[in-house]
Amino acid sequence: MSVQLPPATEPAPGPVPPTEAEGRPAKTRTSRMRLTVRRFARNRLALFGLFLLVLLFLGAYGGPFLTKWDYQQHDYLNFLASPSGDHWWGTTQGGVDLFALTMRGLQKSLIIGLLVGVISTFLAATVGAFAAYFGGWTDRVLMWIVDLLLVMPSFLIIAVLSPMFRGSTWLIFVVLLGAFSWMITGRVVRSMTFTLKDREFVKAAKYMGVSAPVIIFRHILPSMASMLIIDTVIQVGAAVIGESSLSYFGFGVQAPDVSLGTVIADNTTNATTYPWLFFFPAGCLVLIGVSISFIGDGLRDALDPNASGAKVRSPRKKKQPKSGRPTAAVPAQTTATAGSQGAAS
Amino acid sequence: MTETSPAQPTEALDATQPVLEVSDLTVSFPSEAGRVQAVRGVSYAVRPGEVLGIVGESGSGKSVSSMAVLGLLPETAEVTGSVKLAGRELLGLGDADLSKIRGKDIGMVFQDPLSALTPVYSVGDQIIEALQVHQSLDKAAARKRAVELLDVVGIPDSKRRVDAFPHEFSGGMRQRAMIAMAIANDPKVIIADEPTTALDVTIQAQVLEVLKTAQEVTGAAIVMITHDLGVIAGFADRVQVMYAGKPVEAGPVDEVYYRPRMPYTIGLLGSIPRLDEARAEGTERRALTPIDGNPPAMVDLAPGCPFAPRCPIAVDQCRTVEPELTVAEGADLPQALNSVRAGETPMAACHRAHEIGAGLDRDAVYPLPVLPEAGEIELLPREERATVLELDGLVKHFPLTKGAIVKRTVGTVRAVDGISFDIREGETLGLVGESGCGKTTTLLEILDLPSGQAGTVTVFGKDIRGLSRADRKGLRRDMQIVFQDPMAALDARMPIGDILAEPLKTHGWDKERIAARVPELLTMVGLEPEHADRYPQEFSGGQRQRISIARALALEPKLVILDEPVSALDVSIQAGVLNLLDELKTRLGLSYLFVAHDLSVVRHIADRIAVMYLGRIVESGAADDVFAAPSHPYTQALLSAVPLPDPRKERERSRILLSGDLPSPADVPSGCRFAGRCPKYAGLGESEQARCRDDDPATAVLGPDHGAACHYAAAVDVVASAPQ
Repeated sequence: MSVQLPPATEPAPGPVPPTEAEGRPAKTRTSRMRLTVRRFARNRLALFGLFLLVLLFLGAYGGPFLTKWDYQQHDYLNFLASPSGDHWWGTTQGGVDLFALTMRGLQKSLIIGLLVGVISTFLAATVGAFAAYFGGWTDRVLMWIVDLLLVMPSFLIIAVLSPMFRGSTWLIFVVLLGAFSWMITGRVVRSMTFTLKDREFVKAAKYMGVSAPVIIFRHILPSMASMLIIDTVIQVGAAVIGESSLSYFGFGVQAPDVSLGTVIADNTTNATTYPWLFFFPAGCLVLIGVSISFIGDGLRDALDPNASGAKVRSPRKKKQPKSGRPTAAVPAQTTATAGSQGAAS
Repeated sequence: MTETSPAQPTEALDATQPVLEVSDLTVSFPSEAGRVQAVRGVSYAVRPGEVLGIVGESGSGKSVSSMAVLGLLPETAEVTGSVKLAGRELLGLGDADLSKIRGKDIGMVFQDPLSALTPVYSVGDQIIEALQVHQSLDKAAARKRAVELLDVVGIPDSKRRVDAFPHEFSGGMRQRAMIAMAIANDPKVIIADEPTTALDVTIQAQVLEVLKTAQEVTGAAIVMITHDLGVIAGFADRVQVMYAGKPVEAGPVDEVYYRPRMPYTIGLLGSIPRLDEARAEGTERRALTPIDGNPPAMVDLAPGCPFAPRCPIAVDQCRTVEPELTVAEGADLPQALNSVRAGETPMAACHRAHEIGAGLDRDAVYPLPVLPEAGEIELLPREERATVLELDGLVKHFPLTKGAIVKRTVGTVRAVDGISFDIREGETLGLVGESGCGKTTTLLEILDLPSGQAGTVTVFGKDIRGLSRADRKGLRRDMQIVFQDPMAALDARMPIGDILAEPLKTHGWDKERIAARVPELLTMVGLEPEHADRYPQEFSGGQRQRISIARALALEPKLVILDEPVSALDVSIQAGVLNLLDELKTRLGLSYLFVAHDLSVVRHIADRIAVMYLGRIVESGAADDVFAAPSHPYTQALLSAVPLPDPRKERERSRILLSGDLPSPADVPSGCRFAGRCPKYAGLGESEQARCRDDDPATAVLGPDHGAACHYAAAVDVVASAPQ
């Protein structure tokens, strides 16, 4: 700010374009965030995914109030009963109402899955991008940590650590799961950042004086949004399953509390003979996965201006800025395709 | 040697008969948006020994039509019409049959010589393969012939080079090798698709020379496809101008260049900056005439002339009926009737073609944009203006290292080796040089604001070495950059409103001021304020470059660094961007550092120029002086290599051809760096040569603002800029 030119040579105080005289244009600029939300809202499948996820949350937290059974209550008259009016989704071997049990498990699994997915992807993105962007010693140290975590048996570490946290909240468990599942993605992010950081738009931002962390979060990470979103979706599924296998060994969510993973694990042996024991909880797991991946797809399309899914469906629907002027977008885009075709052939 | 196939209907080629005849060729591709009509009726004929130039902007269908001739289009393409090679119909032939023709009767030279050669086989092997596929030669004979061919295309030391791999060849040499392959089987036609676009201008001159030799050796017809009107002017006998998949004007070069009858051609010729632009002292510089708008989408074309929306003289008829390519009225008719078939007659596809040149003045077709009067600062003598940027002996060497664990230095790349220049307020310095001469390193060195190796960089009177962080950030506000590729320089995932707001946000503007500034910027560069919500890919290349410029100007900088800002754009679009830059400079009192390899563009925009060669500035001075009296042999060669879009001048000019390629900056010759390639050096006496070899020449002052780093600097006029 201290660099100033001699004011004597200063011409007019900045440009005076015609708009200033006419006053501010009526329409204000929409920010990237709001554009993204608008584009997301245009994607029916994504909205369906969001709706499904909300429904799952509602079911998980509201469902137990709809049924008279509690997930800890045993119905000694009905062991392994098939679905009926009394027990909507049937009962388990111990006579516990499966609906109440699944909903209780869903509560835990939704939170664990989503949190672990988001935490691990965020860690991966941050560490990977910072390592590559700064390079040198930052890169080396961060990659040592990544390699160290990769060679350490995460399952054992969580197993060793979990008695320490026994009695405290299970959210610690979420953090542990997240902390051990980001390294491979982190390396992928790092290598993608290496190519991105030499791109001209990143350089342009740098020469504008934008600080490095802002460049990373504003330019670099959004450019690999598709990869990160897909990774989150995978991590959510993996976390739900991973949690169940830990729970199976007695870590993680402990009885009498349940998670979707433990419900599925407990009932897999009976899956062929009493299919509802398997299908209802597994179906819930699939629904989580489906809803997350629909939302992820929608987000990716909303963030990527090239995606066709998020475009306005009929260009005529949107009001034209001026009737006489054809929108510049149309010729520009199609010329680009024609040009690329020429080049491709 | 090649007269083998008895299946050829016409064995003895009649020089008056067309060897390749394309008639009514159409090509369409399926696409998401509908069928893309890439080519909509192209007809031409070339006779042996003749050069047909096809010019057009990107997307005009010129490459696609040549691919269709070669049968190299994907299966999905629908091709109709007729392509006859010496009387034999090629369309509809199977791939096996076409393979017998491609590379034998039709030779091909593509744009990118690196991807056209297989990297894992030696160049010789590839030429030998091309020979053996079509001729029954044994290995030794084929190899001998390959060496001969490399000799023909001027590859030095061809006996040894024949075993070299493509990566060991420079770009120009690869293109020579491609030409050697194209002429290996004495083709009847050579199709050259932008053969010099990827090459530097001195290399381009060499390659064009080789193509000419190749034509003389084989007597083949050449179909030369390019966007460069200068290349065509000197090289072709006849031209065909393409627009929206159709030829809109055709005829002998002189006719088309001096008496264009189609507004598009007139616009194209008016929109290119010219090296021979006469610019007398103190007069207004010539504004380029850009063609408004963009080429149409090739899907569902509206009825009428496809150029009508951009045409300044369009009448109602143009919007309803598409004009056919017909013999232009006003041409000498009796002669025309004789030569219609041979394509000697100028033809144009325009309803008003007969008026143009008769009732309508060609120069008046496009309204000449008015450039603002020179500002206060620009009228001041140079000495009285403040210095914006000063480089003094700037050096940037990169160490060459070897070893995986313990790195040891084995050499130095002298990318920038002591360069000095200064830019005053309201001035444009054009920094020119071929690729690899260190232009970009210089730019990055200025922009990175590093604590360099040697030499000083002074920006607005402050040495950047002693600057604190805050000072550096402030400096960034006053110094902005526009990159070459407008697509890569804009974050594709941000709406352009956010892109323009970014520098403002970074430098602490509040929301209201940003909201007011963004539409202001868009209007300033000729875009609509409503465009702020769109993403960069919804814009064409020229519009994107305007956005880049708007972003660079957001903070009202004093110095804008332009890194090849128009080289990615089509000429008709480029003119608009250049005019905009000119106008903004005057209006906002900007200084430009304009880096480019295109000397015509630099000629148009720069007040002063500096010519770089191998990390040094070899000549610098006021643009008029340097262009009128280039004194360093390299500048002379560079200027003489630039083709002029003027057939007569092109024919009269003699080129100073440089031998060889740019030496590697890791292995800089002692003494004068240019001595090894210098045309002047060759004509010097023994003792004088010794001086060039041993003594690094310092800059010799040739005028008040003109200097060249040569022991024997002497001015030579190479542009032939006769006043128009």
